[in-house]
Amino acid sequence: MTRPHTADGREPAAVELRGATVRFGTRTLWEGLDLEIPGGEFVAVLGPNGSGKTTLLRVLLGLQPVQAGEVLVDGHHVRRGGEGIGYIPQQKAIPEDVPLRARDLVGLGLDGHHLGLGLRGRRDRARRVDEALAAVGATGYAGAPVGRLSGGEQQRLRVAQALVGDPRVLLCDEPLLSLDLAHQRTVSRLIDERRRTAGTAVLFVTHEINPILPLVDRVLYLVDGRFRFGTPDEVMTSETLSELYRTDVEVLRVRERLVVVGVEASGHCHGADGAVLPAEESVTP
Amino acid sequence: MNEILDKLFTFDGTAELLGQPFVRNALLAAALLGLVAGVLAPLIVARGMGFAVHGTSELAFTGGAAALLLGVSVSIGAVAGSVLAGLVFGLLGLRQRERDSVIGVVLAFGLGLGVLLLALYPGRASNKFGLLTGSIVSVDSTNLWVLVIVTLLVLATMAVVYRPLLFASTDAEVAVARGVPVRLLSPLFAVLIALVTALAVPIVGAILVLSVTIIPGAAAARITASPLVATILAVVIAEVALVGGTILSLAPGLPISGYVATIAFLGYLACRLVGRARGQVRTG
Repeated sequence: MTRPHTADGREPAAVELRGATVRFGTRTLWEGLDLEIPGGEFVAVLGPNGSGKTTLLRVLLGLQPVQAGEVLVDGHHVRRGGEGIGYIPQQKAIPEDVPLRARDLVGLGLDGHHLGLGLRGRRDRARRVDEALAAVGATGYAGAPVGRLSGGEQQRLRVAQALVGDPRVLLCDEPLLSLDLAHQRTVSRLIDERRRTAGTAVLFVTHEINPILPLVDRVLYLVDGRFRFGTPDEVMTSETLSELYRTDVEVLRVRERLVVVGVEASGHCHGADGAVLPAEESVTP
Repeated sequence: MNEILDKLFTFDGTAELLGQPFVRNALLAAALLGLVAGVLAPLIVARGMGFAVHGTSELAFTGGAAALLLGVSVSIGAVAGSVLAGLVFGLLGLRQRERDSVIGVVLAFGLGLGVLLLALYPGRASNKFGLLTGSIVSVDSTNLWVLVIVTLLVLATMAVVYRPLLFASTDAEVAVARGVPVRLLSPLFAVLIALVTALAVPIVGAILVLSVTIIPGAAAARITASPLVATILAVVIAEVALVGGTILSLAPGLPISGYVATIAFLGYLACRLVGRARGQVRTG
């Protein structure tokens, strides 16, 4: 696929928002949001429930229109079903009777949104699905019914499903939720590998920054329509978060972990790894 | 006892009957129905639409009964009734409880209305009975053409929307994220079901449409998680049940629906047993 180049010949940013504004009725979720995320960057999207983290993903997926501003992915205005985007949903157990094998789930990520039977290029399709399965170490259970696999195995398949289309941007909606520590590490390592080798930009919505803190290049922190975008060292400070929350917030570094004190009441938590946190609204309305 | 068995399973004159044009029409109709029912069945099962199919078939019965009374083609009445029902059910949300109750309400009303319409019909009783339990004589050459056209229409539509439909039926959240028009596919699939149901009602009868639209899909799901294999298996089971049931019903002169349902049920039992035997070993 040829990518459009800007006037000076550089590749366009993987994600670009210019003055993006989302309103629901009279309520403004956020206004004038400017973001430029180059390929290969890992961005954590943080904020309390209802601050519009999932809505940001919906905007990038073309499911939620912006009332003002522009949204571009890989230099193109976003539209529903646009190419170049991979999506990993919250970890939810896939029902046991879902009539798909592991490789079918991954295959749907490649061309499930296309019309037609796709009889042409079947060999190429099988090869890409095999590669995606191998990349997440799922070759051993490629033929197994997805519903019979463990939560960790299913979430590896979700990574393969999102990456099989070779996206420029990977959107993750709390993909580590309710996974145990070992599987959290595996899934975040797979995502990290991909962005380093293929230059895929990652937007990672999470309640819990600690499991991914070593991977994060920049943080987008949303609170009540206010936002801050910068490196973890810039954003995750007592000063910045106090300003965002408009209350006294203290950020402590305890060994290699961040502990945020003073905002628990808003459903926000940077507590222990793997803590079961309230699930936020998902992409499906 | 033996008398009943002899009456159920006799092949006296089956050979001569197979030579009759109306029997050949019936076999062709059964084969076409088996093809479309088998193609839809795995997705009907995946989407949990068993009750919706049943409701649709009862509305096809209502439409057929109204057509009898009005003196128009039963097929047209059945199509009108089931497409209307299919659209209503297809537009309902995916919330299971609400869907179930609305289907129950519409189904009960439709069935009651159909019984009333049949009671008012002054014509032959076999026409009335045929709508409920099916009859192979219902297939004349006009109906056969309708069947051919609808079969082609359903298969062509499925060829176009199969992948997004499978995506939406098995992995709705990611399908939405990838731009699959999930809300559009729901009523579209419901209309396809309605068309197939309307074709099935005169042949297998309104009460037993489930035997060809659910059982083959449910049976296949016990054996395989591969969508392609499941579809092929469902078509085979539906064909064996429908064509086999038609042939078995010839000499006894009994309604074919009992034979079709029994063969399909035996297929389901066999698949369950095979699935259980293999299910102990988890792949991977």
